[in-house]
Amino acid sequence: MSAAPEAAAPAARTAGPPLWLLLELTYRCPLHCVFCYNPTEFARAGPELATADWLRVLDEARALGAVQLGLSGGEPLVREDLEEIVAHAHGLGFYINLITSGIGMTEARIAALKSAGLDHIQLSFQDSTREMNDFLSSTRTFELKSKVAGLIRDHGYPMVLNVVLHRHNIDHVGEILAMAERMGAQYVELANTQYYGWAWLNRDELLPSRAQLERAEAVTQEFRARVGTGMKVYFVVPDYFETRPKPCMSGLGSVFLAVAPDGTAMPCHAARMLPGLELPNVRESPVRSIWYDSQAFNRFRGQAWMKEPCRSCPEREKDFGGCRCQAYLLTGDADNADPVCSLSPHHHLVTEAVARAEAAAGVQRTPGEQVLTFRDHRTSIPVRIRTPRATE
Amino acid sequence: MTTDLDPGVRPVIGTGLRLQYEPAQSAHVLLYPEGMVKLNGTAGAILERCDGARTVTEIVHDLERTYGASGLMKDVSAFLAYALEKHWVELRA
Repeated sequence: MSAAPEAAAPAARTAGPPLWLLLELTYRCPLHCVFCYNPTEFARAGPELATADWLRVLDEARALGAVQLGLSGGEPLVREDLEEIVAHAHGLGFYINLITSGIGMTEARIAALKSAGLDHIQLSFQDSTREMNDFLSSTRTFELKSKVAGLIRDHGYPMVLNVVLHRHNIDHVGEILAMAERMGAQYVELANTQYYGWAWLNRDELLPSRAQLERAEAVTQEFRARVGTGMKVYFVVPDYFETRPKPCMSGLGSVFLAVAPDGTAMPCHAARMLPGLELPNVRESPVRSIWYDSQAFNRFRGQAWMKEPCRSCPEREKDFGGCRCQAYLLTGDADNADPVCSLSPHHHLVTEAVARAEAAAGVQRTPGEQVLTFRDHRTSIPVRIRTPRATE
Repeated sequence: MTTDLDPGVRPVIGTGLRLQYEPAQSAHVLLYPEGMVKLNGTAGAILERCDGARTVTEIVHDLERTYGASGLMKDVSAFLAYALEKHWVELRA
């Protein structure tokens, strides 16, 4: 890394390449998911990058060694230049994964994406609170998803389905898996909601109870036993129910680089919320200096930023203190241990949230009662951090 | 793990996976959805030859010629059995 200036932090000089590039091509999306991880203030973001900007980002990141490329959003199919971006990335040698709701996918587009060199498609069920009803009753949405699933299979892609779970759909895991089987899915990821962005806003309405979680895992186990190797099912437990944090992004600034629709470069796709992080923009800085020299990408490299109990913890090499965004959202300080960790002095904030979910899960609501905030331009607001509440 | 591999089969990189050399990592990598395996030199040299046309025997002969070695069948075969288990390669008759 000879280009790194003398002033760069020591960690910057030892940083490896940004192997993993995520381009959030747009915040535009036809859906309104209550668990979307996009920032709640997305409507305030500046204009989207032009095609030429995205192509330049691909050139620069690839030159640094980036090789895995995720294309997401919003809904990436909204971008009419998606095929051009894929073709360029393929020419550079990226392995390209499209993360889509399938809305906007047609025979013509998938054929064009395939010939442009798209490697993989992950079809998600997005707006589950509304859509899941359609889905479970085999109506409109199921037909759309089935059609897209068929297109994916016909074009020689493995059929990979991602379903985000939360309190309002987790009891239907059996039906979801049966439907996925009918759809010919080869891989199903049952991903419990992670609490950032819109999901954070709606957290207390989305967290399942422990009993729900255990039932869902048992149903998944039974399904696995019945279907065998024909379909692979991944069940991702929500980290609020764990006692050790996830090794988020293998540590910020380690392998992952995300670029938001307006060109903001981030060491994690939720990092926009972190205070004191001077996020660079690809419109103004080359990817090399963003990755190696910027404050934002060096801020959490290494271990010097850690506080106790992480600083002296033998597990810090394994989990890097967990998720900085979760530490900030729950404790108000991004340098704290992720409170998912039972060694964190703030762990009670997580267990209390789970306890509230237990209590709330039993409450019957009147039909039509609006308790969730759907992702929308109208409801777009700055992020709120949660200050510990003494009483509920 | 070391189930015996028929030396007449023709291994090929698994569907949806891609093998390529990455200068930034000075290594061959195997790319798959949301993941990547960085291969050591030996693994890279073997997988590079898994084109679905060459048999295991032919791959071994090629490696022995290239690296001036002999008696590689056992090691190559064991690695390919492992790669098969990991779905890194598939077999063609």
